[in-house]
Amino acid sequence: MRIRIHHTTQYSYDRPITSAVQVLRLTPRPNDAQHIARWRVETDIDGRLKAGEDSLGNLIHTLYIDGPVQRLRLMVSGEVETADTGGVLVGAVERFAPHVFLRDTPLTLPDESLRDYARQVAGATTDRLQLLHDLLGAVHRDMTFCTDATEAGSSAADAFAQRRGVCQDLAHIFIAAARFLGVPARYVSGHLVRDDGAIEQEAAHAWAEAHVEGLGWVGFDPANGDCPSERHVRVAAALDYLGAAPVRGSRFGGGREEMEVFLSVAAEHNWRNQ
Amino acid sequence: MTGTGATPFDEMHGDTPDGMRGLYGKVKLWLEQTPPETLAARRAQAELFFRRIGITFAVYGEADAAERLIPFDIIPRIISRSEWGLLERGLKQRVQTLNAFLTDIYSGQECLKAGVVPHDLIFSNPQYRLEMAGLAVPHGVFVHISGVDIVRTGEREFHVLEDNARTPSGVSYMLENREVMMRLAPELFASHHVAPVETYTDALLATLRSVAPRGADGEPTIVLLTPGRYNSAFYEHSFLADKLGIELVEGSDLFVRDDRVYMRTTDGPQRVDVIYRRLDDDFIDPLVFNPGSMLGVAGLMSAYAAGNVTLANAVGTGISDDKAVYSYMPDLVRFYTGDEPILQNVETWRCREAPSLSYVLDHLPDLVVKEVGGSGGYGMLIGPTASRAEIEAFRAKLIHAPDQFIAQPTLALSTCPTFVAQGVAPRHVDLRPFVLTGADQVRITPGGLSRVALREGSLVVNSSQGGGTKDTWVLDD
Amino acid sequence: MLSRTADNLYWTARYVERADFLARVIDSAHRLEALPASWSGSSTEWESAIATSGAAPGFYERYGDANERSVCDYLVFNPDNPSSIRSCINTARSNVRAVRTALTSETWEALNTAWNELNSVDPNMSPEELSRFLEWVKGVALMFDGSARRTMLRNDAYWFLRLGGAMERADNTARILDVKYHLLLPATEIVGGGLDYFQWTTILREVSALTAYRWVYKENLKPWLVADLLILNRQMPRSLSSCYDVISRHLDLLGDLYGRRGPSQKLARGTLARLTGLRIDDVFQTGLHEFIEQFLVDHEKLGVAITDQYLT
Repeated sequence: MRIRIHHTTQYSYDRPITSAVQVLRLTPRPNDAQHIARWRVETDIDGRLKAGEDSLGNLIHTLYIDGPVQRLRLMVSGEVETADTGGVLVGAVERFAPHVFLRDTPLTLPDESLRDYARQVAGATTDRLQLLHDLLGAVHRDMTFCTDATEAGSSAADAFAQRRGVCQDLAHIFIAAARFLGVPARYVSGHLVRDDGAIEQEAAHAWAEAHVEGLGWVGFDPANGDCPSERHVRVAAALDYLGAAPVRGSRFGGGREEMEVFLSVAAEHNWRNQ
Repeated sequence: MTGTGATPFDEMHGDTPDGMRGLYGKVKLWLEQTPPETLAARRAQAELFFRRIGITFAVYGEADAAERLIPFDIIPRIISRSEWGLLERGLKQRVQTLNAFLTDIYSGQECLKAGVVPHDLIFSNPQYRLEMAGLAVPHGVFVHISGVDIVRTGEREFHVLEDNARTPSGVSYMLENREVMMRLAPELFASHHVAPVETYTDALLATLRSVAPRGADGEPTIVLLTPGRYNSAFYEHSFLADKLGIELVEGSDLFVRDDRVYMRTTDGPQRVDVIYRRLDDDFIDPLVFNPGSMLGVAGLMSAYAAGNVTLANAVGTGISDDKAVYSYMPDLVRFYTGDEPILQNVETWRCREAPSLSYVLDHLPDLVVKEVGGSGGYGMLIGPTASRAEIEAFRAKLIHAPDQFIAQPTLALSTCPTFVAQGVAPRHVDLRPFVLTGADQVRITPGGLSRVALREGSLVVNSSQGGGTKDTWVLDD
Repeated sequence: MLSRTADNLYWTARYVERADFLARVIDSAHRLEALPASWSGSSTEWESAIATSGAAPGFYERYGDANERSVCDYLVFNPDNPSSIRSCINTARSNVRAVRTALTSETWEALNTAWNELNSVDPNMSPEELSRFLEWVKGVALMFDGSARRTMLRNDAYWFLRLGGAMERADNTARILDVKYHLLLPATEIVGGGLDYFQWTTILREVSALTAYRWVYKENLKPWLVADLLILNRQMPRSLSSCYDVISRHLDLLGDLYGRRGPSQKLARGTLARLTGLRIDDVFQTGLHEFIEQFLVDHEKLGVAITDQYLT
């Protein structure tokens, strides 16, 4: 599937900022399921974008801005050719052995009730792939997708207590449970072509990957209840949302900040509508 | 093991109660000639001096104790040149091993491939910073400044209790204690040939200079990064910055532009080459670590990865402070240096291993149990002095998360004469020498910080738990 | 030098100066109050002390009435008042603690010792004790200034201290004039009027210049000469003109050291030039109150310019 993505983030400030630094994880790497036909990251102000990669192998840009700047736009656009691999990740860059992804982080540390839940879902299942599919189904079934119950800093345990959250929260819950059950798991940020044909989206997508011996890393998308397919574009992977966050930034001055996101993800047959 | 359960080694009297070690001859004489009132008066003077110069520390969790003094004991602890020679060789070997180990686990991981240390001990440890993997630290040095805690159990028996490779503190006490002793007991001082400690600051400056990034032209700009005036060790930060003649900066004084670090000065931005940081990994860059940190510098890790700034100590050294990793140090010494360890470890049971766990659970009243990531004397069980309830509470913790704990025998720490309420009496001591590793050489100041447990029988020397300090004299013979 | 260090030094000097000033204001109000009613008239000295201190808004949120008790409570020991004498010394000490490497040990110890002593002071004081305490506060300021002068290198650290001290001084003198200008207007010149006479001496005490007045003018107290002394007289260290002399000189030293001058040098010189060209008659002609208001606006602008140029 050929997918075209336009992703603009616009920041505006009460007062001009004097300087800012941002670390951006907005650029996908190729693997057997995705060929990056073209990709650009730009800003509308005089800043310097330095390309590099983080220790996990994600492509990053560091953006340095000298003020005064009162409005800032970050524009990402590109085209990706995708293929379905049944959710199995092949040909991706790996910097660490899978068991590194057994580590808990503050966002993925399970509390007692989430641990109980993981135990219940696991039951007596011994087959790891089966277990992960059970977990995928359970999280998809038991959690309600809802955009105002949680925020970017919410942990898996917070979201699980409410049984509500966005794709980020569902991924965190899946990861927390999988790790608790001894399965290496990680967070993936990316984009998704929606199956209802809607092109404009409010936010980027997120899902999880878990490691299965013999198969390698396999994707699980608890928000959709299935494995990633040719509709998914994989951008960055890390221990949790913070490690894979599209933008982490810090600024000097500026007062209050307002942020607006415009995102469209369209498959080839919908390009004229984009 | 030697020393366990036995009578502690008395550094003044030796192994026999009425014996006498020659080293302490003049001290003994001085104590006999100085009436207790004079000792008390001098101690009070010392306290006044510390209060006036503001050498205080904060104890976390104590509401009213915003600034407290660490009690200072006026009787020096004495170490002979030959004892020191042994320690010096052992410390050098130890710290070289630490650096080799850190370099290895963040690059080739030979020690894992060779099976010296289990994989999961490293990879599942949050102190192993994924961000450091493959990052070439300037001049290959990870631990520039370490404070190795040493305990003594006999005439020639020294053990390493902890390797402090993160941001060890206490060196200001080593320096100020000497200052006070020279003022308050000049006659005693004059009658000994004490190796000087004030060379420490020059050695530290030389060490920091030697590790400046290769791109830095001319004289490198070095700064000391502090979490700020509310940090418990703030006095030390400002003291050292002053002695070194470098700026004492907070995170907000620094910024990163184009992968280079600058400080905000009244004369505009100034490039920074080396940061002696006294701020934990978690807080140094909100874009990479704790995003809520207001103490760090956004973009610092980008500058670090680009090789444009040196952090001393490097990020990720905390893994070697882990007490389970510590238990492998003798093997690591052999692996990296090919030699037998000069300084012994304290025997350690890793509760992550089932046979050790069951031994520990069976012997809790005799053991000291510590959290693998703990420090400062917090979160530990001292079996022999613990109540039954405390032991049972710890048993539950151990069973719940065995990999979070190690256990050690209660050591009979050596004692030194100490001036306490009851007069001069033996009290348990430890020693923290400071080891500096530069691109050029390893520098060790003779002596270190001796900490003393002031309560009779107590083995806890931490200042946060009521311990005091002593000046430490290495005698030139 | 780090901008934060400069900022801390500048504000330390301001807080020490402010503590000294508050001690004088309270001391003077006490003297005025101690006069028999027939001499002092209806007493408003505590209201005017609060107004002069610049702490009126916070004060009236907590107390209904300005009297000896409430004013001393708020201006001397109240920890909620960021400008009480206690808060000033606390803040000053905490500021220098953060940058103590920029000070000599003598200068640091002057403040640290004061802070240690302050912590052992019992706020419930008899009038005599309070009076002694106020003397002690003035002594702290002398000790701090004196230690700095006698021991510090003449470099930017020292200059930022001097700059902060002079900025605060000018502010304080202007504030007295702003509150009490009506006492100095020619209309109130009533020969032998007891109240005014003591009000004028109070003003002079607040700037520590009662004796100085006699030496300078060799005359009985005349309100326009009091105004002249406070605004234009270069011999008098707390006059606006003297303060601006110090401010401008130290800003120029900084400008030379860093090799460039900016808005703060320009503003300071402008004000200094205006003050130098003035005679006190001109001031009264354009209106004393208008003059002071304009001065306070310009002074505030200079404070902002210094902050932008050096302290952030």
